Amino acid sequence: MNVHEFQAKQLFARFGVPVPRGKEITSPDAAMAWADELNTPVLVVKAQIHAGGRGKAGGVKITKDKTAVAGLAKELLGKTLVTHQTGPKGRQVHRLLMEEGANIAKELYLSLLVDRDTGWPTFIASTEGGMEIEEVAAKTPEKIIKEAIDPAVGFQGHNGRNVAFGLGLQHIEPAVINQFVKLLDNLYRLFMEKNAALVEINPLIITKEKTLVALDGKVSFDDNGLFKHEDVQQMRDLNEEDPLEIEAAANNLNYVKLDGNIGCMVNGAGLAMATMDVIKLAGSEPANFLDVGGGATKETVAAGFRILLKDPNVKGIFINIFGGIVRCERIAHGVIEAAKEVKITVPLVVRLQGTNAEEGRKLLAESGLKLDVADDLWEAAQKIVKLTGKAA
Amino acid sequence: MSILVNKNTRVVVQGITGKEGSFHATQCKAYGTKVVAGVTPGKGGQEVEGIPVFNTVADAVKKTECDTSLIFVPPPFCADAILEAADAGVKLIICITEGIPVNDMVKAKRALRGRDVRLIGPNCPGVITVDEAKIGIMPGFIHKKGVVGVVSRSGTLTYEAVHQLSTLGLGETTCVGIGGDPVNGTGFVDVLPLFEKDAETQAIVMIGEIGGDAEEKAAEFIKRNVKKPVISFIAGITAPPGRRMGHAGAIISGGKGTAAEKMKTLEAAGVKVVKNPAEIGTVVKKALGR
Repeated sequence: MNVHEFQAKQLFARFGVPVPRGKEITSPDAAMAWADELNTPVLVVKAQIHAGGRGKAGGVKITKDKTAVAGLAKELLGKTLVTHQTGPKGRQVHRLLMEEGANIAKELYLSLLVDRDTGWPTFIASTEGGMEIEEVAAKTPEKIIKEAIDPAVGFQGHNGRNVAFGLGLQHIEPAVINQFVKLLDNLYRLFMEKNAALVEINPLIITKEKTLVALDGKVSFDDNGLFKHEDVQQMRDLNEEDPLEIEAAANNLNYVKLDGNIGCMVNGAGLAMATMDVIKLAGSEPANFLDVGGGATKETVAAGFRILLKDPNVKGIFINIFGGIVRCERIAHGVIEAAKEVKITVPLVVRLQGTNAEEGRKLLAESGLKLDVADDLWEAAQKIVKLTGKAA
Repeated sequence: MSILVNKNTRVVVQGITGKEGSFHATQCKAYGTKVVAGVTPGKGGQEVEGIPVFNTVADAVKKTECDTSLIFVPPPFCADAILEAADAGVKLIICITEGIPVNDMVKAKRALRGRDVRLIGPNCPGVITVDEAKIGIMPGFIHKKGVVGVVSRSGTLTYEAVHQLSTLGLGETTCVGIGGDPVNGTGFVDVLPLFEKDAETQAIVMIGEIGGDAEEKAAEFIKRNVKKPVISFIAGITAPPGRRMGHAGAIISGGKGTAAEKMKTLEAAGVKVVKNPAEIGTVVKKALGR
């Protein structure tokens, strides 16, 4: 789960990571009131959406005129920002972060995540703050410092010093070294205590006053750890999520919307991805990833149908179930029952394999439903692509 | 011969009185697996389908000499269950549970380091040695005794591959699901040498996915150490980028992680990469010269 920058910064503040004084703003009036309270020479107004590249898309405004903030807030609220991470449709702005400006002397990059290879939380830092870290890694990999933290003992001072001296802070601004080590310690605590998946500060700045400030902030949380944190769950912003994905999650389905026109319903994530791949090989594009899980029932199949049919791009549906513990005749019953409840208006190909597959296929064939039954994966993929027409 | 588990393996099922645990313990036993004990704290003394239940894994080990644990404990308590099994002296821990917080696994994996214990999973279908022991949730009947070793990050996609191998008459030796979680106990590089050494295994099917760099590590290992034919499918060539953990995640693995890159790396290591998941079986057949 992702959260907004202003929420990430609230968390930073709670864990002793320095951030600019700022506040969430949802109206021009509130912007004026907060500008008065802040009483600072430079004001920054930042659009809050779950996507990077806001600055380039015109979502960040800086002003020295405190009376201008109402106008800026009015301009940004409701505006649709298109960045390299939002896709062409962009994302509408519903809230802003308004904060004090800072005197930047130097920008750094800092993040913390679990290295899949070692299984240890690992800091990544660079002196190239403000730049895309991917770009830094590709062009100047020597400028990236990595430091793994032993989870058995947690963060130690030397971990912080390795990063600080690795970055050359002794040459850049020796006065911030101790603050820097403390900041990493605090970030590690936040990461572990709140079950974060990624904490990123880009840029982390050294100010002309020789302090460190997190000028931007991004935190994503491990969905599997959310049950431990009521406070984090409350930060969820449904405006930032696809409505079909929200509905799927409510039905315990794992759904990701894609751009093609063959809707797929599959049990198991790996097989679901393989099904998408086979659709592409057969000459079309998948409309989605949908994993109905190991325990697919009539209810989950019905919910799956409803979600697939709400996507106007879907021109055909491909159900691919490998019955293991789930028996295929149950799935067949589920499809038949669900088809009675949900009007299916597009071609449907059902491929059943595994436990009681033959019985399931027989049930479907005799159900009177308009559908094609297949037992082989490739045959099924070719059928649905033929029925819906190849992708342009 | 086989790897990891065989007809002498003695299994304890942690979480045996739950819905999943009792169902699958019964299924494993029916397959012929020696399921000798179950554990649910507070339910010691009960029985599930004739399997005695103990309060602690230590008790189960003392009374039944079980050496392998199969875990169905719910996610919030699962890391604890893994460590309990390790502390009780169990040598192989197979964890089925899906949804364990990553940071719990970070700590559990660290605690197992350097100890004489192997963790498979979590979030995996388990391990099966055909006609000897089924320790997991896979449907036993799709497997046929044969010559192919299977190692996979996926569940139902593994069943798909196994089904193809069985239908073509090639059959399997042992199938190992290593699980789809970012932090897991056993990787491809741990299983590949076991298959390479196993006399019965003539070819290896490796099923990977996008994300991480386990397949790249495997390619490196195969190039140097594996003489048997390796056939691989990587799921997710159509998966959109950016649905994973953002930029920094890719940085650690050196910008790797897409299906196309993984396929390229594996091919360069001499692995036969299958583009169409429906053709895994036929490619294996050809590789074996049958």
